Amino acid sequence: MEDQKQIEAFETKIASGVKIEPKDWMPEAYRKQLIRMMSQHAHSEIVGMLPEGNWITRAPSLRRKAILLAKVQDEAGHGLYLYSATETLGIDRTELLEQLHSGKAKYSSIFNYPTLTWADIGAIGWLVDGAAIMNQTALARGSYGPYSRAMVRICKEESFHNRQGYEIMMHLSQGTEEQKAMAQDAFNRWWWPSIMMLGPSDDQSPNSDQLMRWKVKMESNDAIRQRFIDRTVPQADFIGLKVPDKDMKFNEATGHYEHGPINWEEFFDVIKGNGPCNAKRLKDRKEADIKGRWVREAAMAYANKRMKEKEVA
Amino acid sequence: MNDTQLPVWEVFIQANPGIAHKHAGNVHAADAEMALQNARDVYSRRNEGISIWVVPAAAITASSPEDQGAFFEPSNDKPYRHPTFYKIPEGVKYL
Repeated sequence: MEDQKQIEAFETKIASGVKIEPKDWMPEAYRKQLIRMMSQHAHSEIVGMLPEGNWITRAPSLRRKAILLAKVQDEAGHGLYLYSATETLGIDRTELLEQLHSGKAKYSSIFNYPTLTWADIGAIGWLVDGAAIMNQTALARGSYGPYSRAMVRICKEESFHNRQGYEIMMHLSQGTEEQKAMAQDAFNRWWWPSIMMLGPSDDQSPNSDQLMRWKVKMESNDAIRQRFIDRTVPQADFIGLKVPDKDMKFNEATGHYEHGPINWEEFFDVIKGNGPCNAKRLKDRKEADIKGRWVREAAMAYANKRMKEKEVA
Repeated sequence: MNDTQLPVWEVFIQANPGIAHKHAGNVHAADAEMALQNARDVYSRRNEGISIWVVPAAAITASSPEDQGAFFEPSNDKPYRHPTFYKIPEGVKYL
């Protein structure tokens, strides 16, 4: 049983805005919840490289190729910041990756959808990164120091991702009929998964007051989703894309957009592993790990050999 | 052989000449050279630095939060270490 006094001191600290650092005392439930959330976030960054990597060789210009390469490289960096931050909680990266590969740990449901056309790369940057930024700016105010610092850094980098995606969609929307149709089609396919990726609605999400009080979770899923929708719908209007929701309307009184019913069955089905690309993503991820193993072994063997040579000399 | 994901190195970056190196994060690497290259790729993709230090994480000894009180306490009862401790008459200049 954890000491009530320790818990009280911990909660007072958080309430007064002091960050919790790796070696500070923390309740086991706090540590566990953070490992679950942060590793899921880290896994999402590196699995997220797969659908985008699919288009690097086929980007329509050198400019777009350089941008996409830089974006995918950023995602690898984000994965690394987050794995590092998670490791400060006393779990190592080997174990985190094993949890991903065995299916024990999850990653964002959104990356189980395919990238069928070039416009999907635009839609991902604009919508998926846009939704992620909403979530991450909230998390940057969280109580765990290493996670919050990683979030600040990641948010800075994500805004380039968001803007380059919108720019792709804008150019396509100003193009030929065929290009416009391609942008609209990508928007149609990514809109719903993007608003779903912010998590189950509040009445289905068992977010205890405790996680809010501990500043592990900063805002409810529905609140973040609302903000994302309020910001994104006018952006779509501006470039002449139609939101694929016939019930979407602006409520003058509240100043918010109201959306139609979300297909949560699809969301939970994808999380369970039945999305269009779940099996492929996991297979590619495991293959990358296995194929990289000899490189790590060789690098280590070389480093050890050099060290011995130095000792002799 | 156990797949270790390589040892951890802490990364410190100097953003501009004349200021101190600041902790940026960490990387995994087999040796110092690889750690430097990884640190450059991960922590200075947007001109964040002009100089990088990498240190094996295992080589760092840190003070422990539980001892924070006792460890830093001795400096608390020595106010005479601060200039404001001393009363100097008005009119005396350059002190």
